[in-house]
Amino acid sequence: MSSVASPADLIADQLATARPASLWRDTIANVLRQRNAQIGLVVLAILVFFAVFADQLAAFGPDDVLLGHEDGVKRLTAPCVHLLGCAPTQVEHFFGLDGNARDEFSRVIHGARISLWIGFVTVGFAIVIGALIGLVAGYAEGVLDTVLMRTMDVILVFPSLLLAIAIVAALGPSLLNAQIAIGIVAIPIYARVMRASVLTVKENGFVTASRALGEGAAGLIFRRILPNAVTPIIVTGTLGIATAVLEVAALSFLGLGAQPPLAEWGSMIGLDRKYLFTAPHLILFPGIFLSMTVFGFNLLGDGLRDALDPRLNR
Amino acid sequence: MTTYIIRRLLVTIPVLFGIILVVFIVGRLLPGDPCHILLGERASNAVCAAFNHDFGYDRPVLQQFGDYLSALSHGDLGRSLRTNLPVGDLLISRLPMTVELSFYALLFATIVGILLGVLSAYRRNSAVDVVTMAIANLGVSIPVFVLGLLFAFLFAIVLKDTFFALPPAGRLTAGVSVVPLAERWGLTGYAGPVRAIVDFVSNMYTFNALLSFQWGLLADGLRHLILPAVALGTIPLAIIARITRSSLLEVLGLDYVRTARAKGLAESAVVRKHGLPNAMLPVVTIIGLQVGGLLAGAVLTETIFGLAGVGRALYDAITSHDFAVIQGFVFVISVGFLLVNLLVDISYAYLDPRIRLS
Repeated sequence: MSSVASPADLIADQLATARPASLWRDTIANVLRQRNAQIGLVVLAILVFFAVFADQLAAFGPDDVLLGHEDGVKRLTAPCVHLLGCAPTQVEHFFGLDGNARDEFSRVIHGARISLWIGFVTVGFAIVIGALIGLVAGYAEGVLDTVLMRTMDVILVFPSLLLAIAIVAALGPSLLNAQIAIGIVAIPIYARVMRASVLTVKENGFVTASRALGEGAAGLIFRRILPNAVTPIIVTGTLGIATAVLEVAALSFLGLGAQPPLAEWGSMIGLDRKYLFTAPHLILFPGIFLSMTVFGFNLLGDGLRDALDPRLNR
Repeated sequence: MTTYIIRRLLVTIPVLFGIILVVFIVGRLLPGDPCHILLGERASNAVCAAFNHDFGYDRPVLQQFGDYLSALSHGDLGRSLRTNLPVGDLLISRLPMTVELSFYALLFATIVGILLGVLSAYRRNSAVDVVTMAIANLGVSIPVFVLGLLFAFLFAIVLKDTFFALPPAGRLTAGVSVVPLAERWGLTGYAGPVRAIVDFVSNMYTFNALLSFQWGLLADGLRHLILPAVALGTIPLAIIARITRSSLLEVLGLDYVRTARAKGLAESAVVRKHGLPNAMLPVVTIIGLQVGGLLAGAVLTETIFGLAGVGRALYDAITSHDFAVIQGFVFVISVGFLLVNLLVDISYAYLDPRIRLS
């Protein structure tokens, strides 16, 4: 008689002792293991900190003109940090003053609030519409699928920033219109990603079972398919936030997005570039913060992709 | 191969129609009428009626679309709403600059990108790899306009009067003149397509200088192109480096590479002869896809460096609400992008038989 357990016993044993798998817990643990994602999260945490506590951290409002409020205040003053050797007699302005004698530090950290908002809202808009289109196309298939996806293909053919420029030029320059334009050119990406996952998910047994139990199309789409097809959208969306922040800033730089006096980084750089040779700090600081934001979302997106894409788990 | 090319061309036709349709629709998105936006709120009804009639805005939308299609089929991109000059002429005069800039930006991005990618894959997980990929990650995150402005400040102000000083704006130093190729080659009396091509090349100053042996002009032109080309090429460079690295790493893990190593080939020869040629396919696709980004990035780069190219003209058209120019330019650039990717697809199929046979 052998005392070796049968395969069936072994499986039963493992099932009994295995911790119930949770996609989200595993994912978060996986993400936190990625070096890229760690750096990305730290960078974004700093930005979120600035955005949340902008009012407490900034000594001035983002639009406060300091002429007449402060002794000897001069426009375009260079940065002055006492700890770094700036004369104690001079008033401290970490990032200096801009062309309208506003405190650049206050404007830049308030800009974090605006840019994070821009990123999330723009991508949120694109995801909601894109995911709906992808869901319908993937679920319906046939003619509707062809029409929807060919339309998406045409939008994808355009260089995205260029089409966005044309859309804002037509709608009129404003931050909202810039967000709409960047959102519209991003829709096809999410529609494609969503359609691809819907096509895979809907072949699963649990979907067929729900259909056999009499669940309607809406129930199948939103209760059964959507929750199981959402992961790739989250990854694409995180990387998409980086692109959205970058492109809205580019439109604002061209004067098509945020309008003065709003402290949006792209628009600040666009307006202050005439001072490049006299006051380069006005380009440098918003530039660093803008790049940091894009950098953070890019790294986090890469980390999420590596953590969620099983093909890459080697 | 011919079947593949024909099939690929046929697929392009509906996409081309789609581009035309989207550009047309975007042109009609205008809230309010173009007349009041362009001529001001106080333009009288009579003036506006004449303006709308002149530019065809008073006709039914479908008829306008028909007119637009028929004009496009004759190569007519419409007239500028501001200067009343043909959009096509403006484009032809501005395109050489942009093509030249994009060419050098892509050249820089491709050469340096592939080098960095190979280096990174060759020394994977070493300090070189980590640093290279950190640079690539930073490179895709810095906006063109920030990088361009910082370059201009660094090379024109900080490094002023040193060997590394570079001009922050313009195409040529004041006083340096360009002799058109047509004049040099005695073609001034001719017209037609050959002359048009000669003029086009002639307006790409560095190519002109190269063809007519004007070395001083070549050096000056290149010096002015370094900063914009590097600024514009940095994002594509970073993307190309990342793709080259991951593609090469994937190929280096394949069985035939192990065989090559097993027969005693040096690692450098394995990478150069066996790895790289097969890892280049995705890189070629990515290079093609960068062209669209370059053309859009040219708007920002040309604005910063004061270069009178298509991007700058587009910026001017935006600030003066000249929708006809915007529409025409977006159309031509998008079609150009489409054609470049068509070429990439075809070259891809040429390089990889699996694609044309599937």
